[in-house]
Amino acid sequence: MGQRHVVARVSDFDGTDRKRVEVKGRGIVIFRLGEEWFGMTDRCPHMGGSLCQGHLISLVEADRPGEIRVSRENEIIRCPWHGWEFDIRTGQSRVRPARWRTRTVGVSVVDAAEAGTVGDLETFDVRQDGDYVVVEI
Amino acid sequence: MNIETQTRPEAANRVRTGIADCDIHPSPRNFEAEVYPFLERRWQELIASYGMVQRIGFQGGTQYPKGQPRASRRDSFPPGGGGPGSDLDFMRRQHLDPHDVELGVLIPLRVGQAIQNMDLAVAICAAMNDWQIAEWTSKEPRLKGSILTAYQDAAASAREIERHAGTSDFVQVAMLSRTPEPMGNRQYWPIYEAAAAAGLPVGVHAFGYGGTPVTGSGWPSYYIEDMMAHSQSCQSLITSMVFEGVFERIPGFRLVIVEGGIAWLPALAWRLDAIWSKNRLELAQCKRPPSEYIRESIWLTSQPIEEPDDRKQLLDVIEWIGWDRVLYASDYPHWDFDDPDLVLPVSLTRQQKDGFFRDNAFRLYGLE
Repeated sequence: MGQRHVVARVSDFDGTDRKRVEVKGRGIVIFRLGEEWFGMTDRCPHMGGSLCQGHLISLVEADRPGEIRVSRENEIIRCPWHGWEFDIRTGQSRVRPARWRTRTVGVSVVDAAEAGTVGDLETFDVRQDGDYVVVEI
Repeated sequence: MNIETQTRPEAANRVRTGIADCDIHPSPRNFEAEVYPFLERRWQELIASYGMVQRIGFQGGTQYPKGQPRASRRDSFPPGGGGPGSDLDFMRRQHLDPHDVELGVLIPLRVGQAIQNMDLAVAICAAMNDWQIAEWTSKEPRLKGSILTAYQDAAASAREIERHAGTSDFVQVAMLSRTPEPMGNRQYWPIYEAAAAAGLPVGVHAFGYGGTPVTGSGWPSYYIEDMMAHSQSCQSLITSMVFEGVFERIPGFRLVIVEGGIAWLPALAWRLDAIWSKNRLELAQCKRPPSEYIRESIWLTSQPIEEPDDRKQLLDVIEWIGWDRVLYASDYPHWDFDDPDLVLPVSLTRQQKDGFFRDNAFRLYGLE
């Protein structure tokens, strides 16, 4: 089990669905999808594009030509450079799932009282109100 | 969307010496403000009345929608506004400085060459060349321009080359690969002769607006097939130039293929040699085996590089082409950007690395 780090206030996500943070020198992108939270390394394993600047799209599949299924709205991040797609739940690549993935990190939300108990606060100054986003690395 | 991010992710395996990037695309932030000062009033008024009609069937743009906005990296839109590649300071921060680019070769696209009104095309290419000096090369010594030519008017193109010959702002003449006639056609020879006389290579960038389908068998359905077809058009233009005798007839002529990929060249050369040896009667003007002209006179930029699972196979390909003939290019700010830190993720010898990332370009462009 990794260390937990408070990295953002929930209110930082007002008007946006993602935020890039640094933890121990590593760039992490956090996505908010309704009340669900996801985190992954902010670096495409292909050529290094910042996934935080990508476009969230749906899962688009076709069993055969012309029969296209669209599901899981906003759960696939498309790299801003070459368009490689990653599942934000698993980090797995849509291009070559067996070969490529981006490393995911656990993301959770805690209230101010609990945020104060999170051991490693090196990256964030917790004030005594509101809810906080915690990543575990 | 409110995004907080750094301009560039952390880099690994950095190339230590200053590199040469042989394909960077600048664009005017505001065409009227930046380019009109170099354009006669009559052309400004003509554009206001008639627009700039291109040699393509679509009013709104090229034949295929691009896979990313403005065909660019989504992180390349300057924070201060304007399109990708329109802000020198941002280009420095996002690309030139972090990648230690010591030579950046500019190739403006989507301007001038494709315009159907030839006199306007000639005027805009000339204005864009003056714009490259005013906005880029005079402000940033690491950047060098490409002389844009309205190549359907070869005589005017030759005059434009002569206008800039001997200046330090330009390192090559620029054409686009999909010309209306095959590139070896003698209507284009005055351009090649003028370039050779000026000591400049001709850089042929993928794309162009010849009006013919992008593949030899018609119009494909998808954007990425348009991209894929560049290797076809590049093979066609090299074949045409070799067999029409361009390399034989114009000593000192040098060709740089930009953004067409690289791995197809060895197979093309083998095939041309085999064809040539059986058809000397028809190809008398091509005196030597095609592979000799190709090896002597053609350079290739690396991007978009092929990505075999076993990247070591790329080393074989470059070995067959010649380690002194492949030039690193990023294509910044476009979406298919190749990062110099990851473009060849295999261990190279010092000589290979220096040649690929730096020395080949400095030598080709006479900047040693």
